[in-house]
Amino acid sequence: MEISSDKDYIYTSSELDYQEGQLIEEVKASSRESIQDPDAWLDEELKRNILLTSVDWVLDWARRSSLWTAICFPACCAFEFIAAEGPRFDMSRFGMEILRASPRQADLMITAGTLTWKMAPNVRRIYNQMPDPKWVIAMGACGISGGIFRSSYNVVPGYNKIVPVDVYVPGCPPRPEALIYAVQMLQKKIAKAKVVPDLSELPNPLRKGKK
Amino acid sequence: MTVAISAKEIISQLNTKFPGAIEEAGADSVLVKSDSLLAVAEYLKTAEGFKFEYLNYITAVDYYSYFEVVYQITSLESNRSVVLKARSYTRDNPTVPSVTGLWQGADFQEREIYDLMGITFEGHPNLKRIFLWDGFPGYPLRKDFNQ
Repeated sequence: MEISSDKDYIYTSSELDYQEGQLIEEVKASSRESIQDPDAWLDEELKRNILLTSVDWVLDWARRSSLWTAICFPACCAFEFIAAEGPRFDMSRFGMEILRASPRQADLMITAGTLTWKMAPNVRRIYNQMPDPKWVIAMGACGISGGIFRSSYNVVPGYNKIVPVDVYVPGCPPRPEALIYAVQMLQKKIAKAKVVPDLSELPNPLRKGKK
Repeated sequence: MTVAISAKEIISQLNTKFPGAIEEAGADSVLVKSDSLLAVAEYLKTAEGFKFEYLNYITAVDYYSYFEVVYQITSLESNRSVVLKARSYTRDNPTVPSVTGLWQGADFQEREIYDLMGITFEGHPNLKRIFLWDGFPGYPLRKDFNQ
């Protein structure tokens, strides 16, 4: 369809020119002074940014806010963990979602599933490879006690026979909400941890012969 | 769908070919004496008209007084299958000939049976435990297994 050249527009071209000129004049009139340097507040840094707290609190805060999970899921509870990771439950809201393929970059082990004795040395090896500080959540009935396979000839009756467990999540399998709640409980536990040793316990180079 | 062959259809041929090798012919299975199992299996695999070239599975059953090893084999040519069985009447060291030479797929399944049921397969190229670890005491799928 052709546009007819005799169409009436709202503004004539001379009106548009006039409006453009007015806008430029306005900007020019309001721009005589230079805008203040946005870094001017830097001088106030000391005034604004000092917060008094304990080293323990800061370290615990850093530790509990970035729990990275090692990929070590021997059995079916892993699917509930995957559901908890997924968009419906979305653990990443709480900063606990990053999975690490290497245990050397992880600090949380979620033991999702039945553990057989044949797998047990490998799980302990993964745990030993994780750097300190590290925590373990026993997920599901099998992780707690061996579950329905407890009396079987090849099942470890509970992960706490292999690695130290911090939080137990019951269920077969536990719902993703339960798992998220468990991680929150672990975060509360980490928040109470005492990281910095007492000064009197530190080796003092000035006092020779004494601790 | 594979049609299970009636044991009666092949039993007469087997009886003429291997006199005395068949212990029992059930409705849907053929119980073969374990010392002639290999010959019968090879015949069923290669003979014209049978050609049971595909081994579906091997498993074993503990009946207390004897162990029974069960083979299901299928002829892809005629789309029919038959169940072979062989028994071992001792509990101390039950032995059945290995069919790995005929069907390569028998390898892992015979190892599994050896591992969990304690049946030795004579002639198996690599007969060692497949699920449990070396030194595991006993055979857990035996009825008299107790931890």
